[in-house]
Amino acid sequence: MTTPLAEVASSNSTLRAFLHGLPGVDRVGADARAAMLGTRSIKTTAKKQAVDMAIGMVDLTTLEGADTPGKVRAMCAKAMRPDPGDASVPPVAAVCVYPDLVATAVSALTGSGVKVASVATSFPSGRSSLEVKVTETSLAVAAGASEIDMVIDRGAFLAGDYLKVYEEIVAIKKACGDTHLKVILETGELATYDNVRRASWLAMIAGGDFIKTSTGKVSPAATLPVTLVMLEAVRDFRAATGRQVGVKPAGGIRTTKDAIKYLVLVNETAGPDWLHPDWFRLGASSLLNDLLMQRQKMATGRYAGPDYFTLD
Amino acid sequence: MFEYAPAPESRDIVDIRPSYGLFINGEWVEPQGEERHKTVNPATEEVLAEVAWAGEADVDRAVQAAAKAFPAWSGMPGAERAKYLFRIARIIQERARELAVLETLDNGKPIRESRDVDLPLVAAHFFYYAGWADKLAYAGFGENPRPLGVAGQVIPWNFPLLMLAWKIAPALACGNTVVLKPAETTPLTALAFAEICRQADLPPGVVNIVTGAGETGAALVAHPGVDKVAFTGSTEVGRHIARSLAGTRKKLTLELGGKAANIVFEDAPIDQAVEGVVNGIFFNQGHVCCAGSRLLVQESVAADLLEALKRRLGTLRLGDPLDKNTDIGAINSAEQLAKIRELSEAGEAEGAERWSPSCPIPDRGYWFPPTLFTGVAQSHRIAREEIFGPVLSVLTFRTPAEAVEKANNTPYGLSAGVWTEKGSLMLWAASRLRAGVVWSNTFNRFDPASPFGGFKESGYGREGGRHGLEAYLAV
Repeated sequence: MTTPLAEVASSNSTLRAFLHGLPGVDRVGADARAAMLGTRSIKTTAKKQAVDMAIGMVDLTTLEGADTPGKVRAMCAKAMRPDPGDASVPPVAAVCVYPDLVATAVSALTGSGVKVASVATSFPSGRSSLEVKVTETSLAVAAGASEIDMVIDRGAFLAGDYLKVYEEIVAIKKACGDTHLKVILETGELATYDNVRRASWLAMIAGGDFIKTSTGKVSPAATLPVTLVMLEAVRDFRAATGRQVGVKPAGGIRTTKDAIKYLVLVNETAGPDWLHPDWFRLGASSLLNDLLMQRQKMATGRYAGPDYFTLD
Repeated sequence: MFEYAPAPESRDIVDIRPSYGLFINGEWVEPQGEERHKTVNPATEEVLAEVAWAGEADVDRAVQAAAKAFPAWSGMPGAERAKYLFRIARIIQERARELAVLETLDNGKPIRESRDVDLPLVAAHFFYYAGWADKLAYAGFGENPRPLGVAGQVIPWNFPLLMLAWKIAPALACGNTVVLKPAETTPLTALAFAEICRQADLPPGVVNIVTGAGETGAALVAHPGVDKVAFTGSTEVGRHIARSLAGTRKKLTLELGGKAANIVFEDAPIDQAVEGVVNGIFFNQGHVCCAGSRLLVQESVAADLLEALKRRLGTLRLGDPLDKNTDIGAINSAEQLAKIRELSEAGEAEGAERWSPSCPIPDRGYWFPPTLFTGVAQSHRIAREEIFGPVLSVLTFRTPAEAVEKANNTPYGLSAGVWTEKGSLMLWAASRLRAGVVWSNTFNRFDPASPFGGFKESGYGREGGRHGLEAYLAV
């Protein structure tokens, strides 16, 4: 399989030269741009549209040691029918679980159109051998996952061994076959925006279908400026290669207001082509109930208490 | 498509009177002459209010009120003067939303800018100089620096309340009294400020506000009772004022036009440079004396940068200035619009290539789409003359030396921008640019602690910071 720009990965030095040749990111400027877009006032009809769009983009997530088949089945029910009292609420895009619970989720979601995403590759740290990571990916795919959320080797990235990170993504992509691959950069550990831009390009060159900010296990998780830098990367990558890659901020997005800020960021950075669950996802759990609450408030004019929204 | 619904800020918060008099000696007074002028909302051409046109006799009355107030005000301990200034600053913060809406109505600038830039800076300026009022002995101008007396101040229409703050705050902190003339097209926030002076119990005569046009300003600067003249506006008028004051004892500071270069080197952070270029020239519709109206981009990245810039201009939202999502508001007046059109046509006639994003223009009001010219040469009028509108002239350069040479090759010298990730190049360029402010990897950033002013035909004297005190002290 050939991916666009794959030739820059012929050696670590060519890869390094390419990634370090990307324009830098000025932190102050990127923060200011994200903050400015955060002041957009999305009201009335635009807010209605945004709330439904956001619901349809949610990757409803549970990634806990305490996850059980029962918990996952309950979450799947919520994913398919987020508001049992209102059939007009769209289902979410996907549920996101650990590999051993993929089969449970797949059977719970049969025929619903809601996808099953599985984290893999020794999530969240990624500290294991490539063999283990490939095997874990293959098992998740075999269990029926339609999307794999892998983590990159941040240690290798920070050590400057870009080729190792690249080859690992290529190997996981191969194990995925037709299954969609989301590449988690864990931007909280990459720390600088220059690193975020480089890691984004690295993941795209290696064949990732989505780039994702965070595991949710490291603070800071998704932030607006980091997502801005990643949206610029997918925009520029498509301009350079013709291939469109999706973006998924994950972790820390809890309110409708936050979610709308991300949608504005997408709209005014990568552009409206990305405003679709195929190209933009929100990795979240508690966000969904806030979206439902705002949706109901717009329909009825009143806020219902938290007990009127299911906790699955 | 994700269309943003209209999100207008309510104008109910402002209470505009049908007619305003002059603010002299703490009172609203009627002018001696009959002449009145309508101030309009440039976004709709709707008349907002009628204001008085002060004649020579009215100006004389205002200067006398200021002179009468001077001994008590200048004799007051600095700490006492500071209390008034702090009080004014707090009232401005409390009434920020109202003042922002009023500024947007009268000026045409987007509410996002009046709310997030103008008003916070106005309050910050008063807070900053309030802090100096009791520390003048430590400002480096001697043990007991004395104020000058009555300051005659004439301000422009692009940042009406902010320019008022830049003028009034340091003048009062130093112990001067003031007669201020706001611009003829944007008097309303200055008149609201008069109310704030009353609300703050400022002693009568310390601040006087006379509205009018050029003749009112001319009468003010020529008045023999004025000890200090401060003017912000066009170089042409500034030159006239300098001539008329030559040989008098009056102290003068001028903050005039500009034709700033925003230099983008090939190693610049491109996405942020694009934002900086946009902010440099399209902020406040380009009605900014320090606007980055000339983009100097290194030829090796010019094509990429222009493509990114054009894509970004396509997302600018032009329209109702009161809409919270508007990026580009209205041109302040029909006269200014005509000037922008005239220079843009000259740009085309001289062979530069004109480009604007597709952008619906409202039916009423004064509007000009964000525009950029490529293929501009140093000899073109659009590269030399201040357009004072949302029009960017793009030039290219090959080497750092050529960039600096071109940037300095203008009669102006108010500001400049340098975009590079390389610290040594940034410092090298900044030390060679003949401009009062050099921004690096940012543009149009203001802070009351930072002095602002020009080289060459951009004027003299500094406003802001410790330096800004000098203009109002006998040093």
